[in-house]
Amino acid sequence: MSAPETLMKTPLTELHLRLGGKMVPFAGYEMPVQFPEGVMKEHLHTRAAAGLFDVSHMGQIRLRPRSGRMEDAALALERLMPVDALALKPGRQRYGLLTNEAGGIRDDLMFAHRGDHFFIVVNAACKAQDLAHIRDNLAGDCEVEDWSDRALIALQGPQAEAALARLAPAVAAMAFMDVADVTLIGADCVVSRSGYTGEDGYEISVPAGRAVELAEALLADSRVHPIGLGARDSLRLEAGLCLYGSDIDGTTTPVEAALEWAMQKSRRTGGARAGGFPGAGVILQQMAEGAARRRVGLLPEGRAPVRAGVQLFDSGASTGAVGRVTSGGFGPTIGGPVAMGYVPTRQAADGAQLFADLRGSRVALRVAKTPFIAPGYKRG
Amino acid sequence: MLKFTEDHEWLRVEGDVATVGITQHAVEQLGDLVFVELPKVGAALGKGGSAATVESVKAASDVYCPLDGEIVAVNEAIAADPSLVNADPQGEGWFFRLKLADPKAAAGLLDKDAYDRLVG
Repeated sequence: MSAPETLMKTPLTELHLRLGGKMVPFAGYEMPVQFPEGVMKEHLHTRAAAGLFDVSHMGQIRLRPRSGRMEDAALALERLMPVDALALKPGRQRYGLLTNEAGGIRDDLMFAHRGDHFFIVVNAACKAQDLAHIRDNLAGDCEVEDWSDRALIALQGPQAEAALARLAPAVAAMAFMDVADVTLIGADCVVSRSGYTGEDGYEISVPAGRAVELAEALLADSRVHPIGLGARDSLRLEAGLCLYGSDIDGTTTPVEAALEWAMQKSRRTGGARAGGFPGAGVILQQMAEGAARRRVGLLPEGRAPVRAGVQLFDSGASTGAVGRVTSGGFGPTIGGPVAMGYVPTRQAADGAQLFADLRGSRVALRVAKTPFIAPGYKRG
Repeated sequence: MLKFTEDHEWLRVEGDVATVGITQHAVEQLGDLVFVELPKVGAALGKGGSAATVESVKAASDVYCPLDGEIVAVNEAIAADPSLVNADPQGEGWFFRLKLADPKAAAGLLDKDAYDRLVG
């Protein structure tokens, strides 16, 4: 069951093995899918206390304006994303989307205003293309740095604050989506109060050489357990957060994906800097007229998980699929199956009923609001 | 008589009825079970046919019928609480009882030593 030699390791791979992590290939890396505790307990522990996740496979990029003026870097970023980068204040982070000419999503990311540069975290599977795309388009205005000699550790859960504050009391004062320089175990870290679980928590960018020591310092707190990719997926699914490559990709627009909230007014029709990003024609037209399909949360009846790829029908007997599940599984906190997927917009209202084909029989699903759980974000 | 299959089912054969479940090894590979679909009592199944479905947090898997026979009982408790299978796969977590068409055929399955060598 050993992983092929060609897989990349993160700075924490050896620690995962020492902790009994079951390693699997993911986005070209050897990553722990679970630890001995198992996916279910890891999930529940993160919601009850705190979980530590290795997300070092994700891409870390720094973008510095050649002019020294952050507004130039912000306006450059806005050429690639339908979001307002100019209004982002120093020390704050925002969700962003790189779009393509067809209005689809090249990648989703987090970007932070760091005073004299933007710090961007992108998906592991997209990072090489993202870096090339950003360099191709923004190199004239910005110095684009692949900041990949860093590890990225997420600490998530209601006790994440207490656990991290033991190492640096100042993190307790941070609000959701704040980003700050924080010294942890003597290492220069960049800490954001954010994550991918629906819980309060932090993501910590740490020099690769100090990552094991930092992870061990956090795990020394008995409230903090190591968590694998399995629970990371069920946590983000219950939180209604998209997985790039499953729920969103180059063929889904931000409007179809129900991510309009990520497009601030200034970039919409009538805004101060409307359009001017790849696919603006398609996306702004869909904003005005609506799209034919929409991503929704789905709650299947019964206990059987309805997983990614399952076709959706509008009755118990019809044969032509009207939609498809893009993520689905068992939600340990919900105590039952949860899913998300694309359905015709006319059937996207809360409570609308659809049917999935599951091993030859039809299972009813109800469109439901996401997140499926009450988020624990510490809003400022 | 306790027997095993290469597909990680176990059978405890008493007379012409076999109690069937999945092995400790299978449970360790699957992880936490969240859903079990059992066959119907009275169903006639052939050896190697799909008898039950289990879903873990990770994926769905089939449980195969180890020999030809008829389902005479199912363990509804594991459908209500699949974690029973994780907790005690070779006891409380049994799946179904099969009235064997040919009780002698059980002799051809793996014994404990052979199964342990298979998964060891």
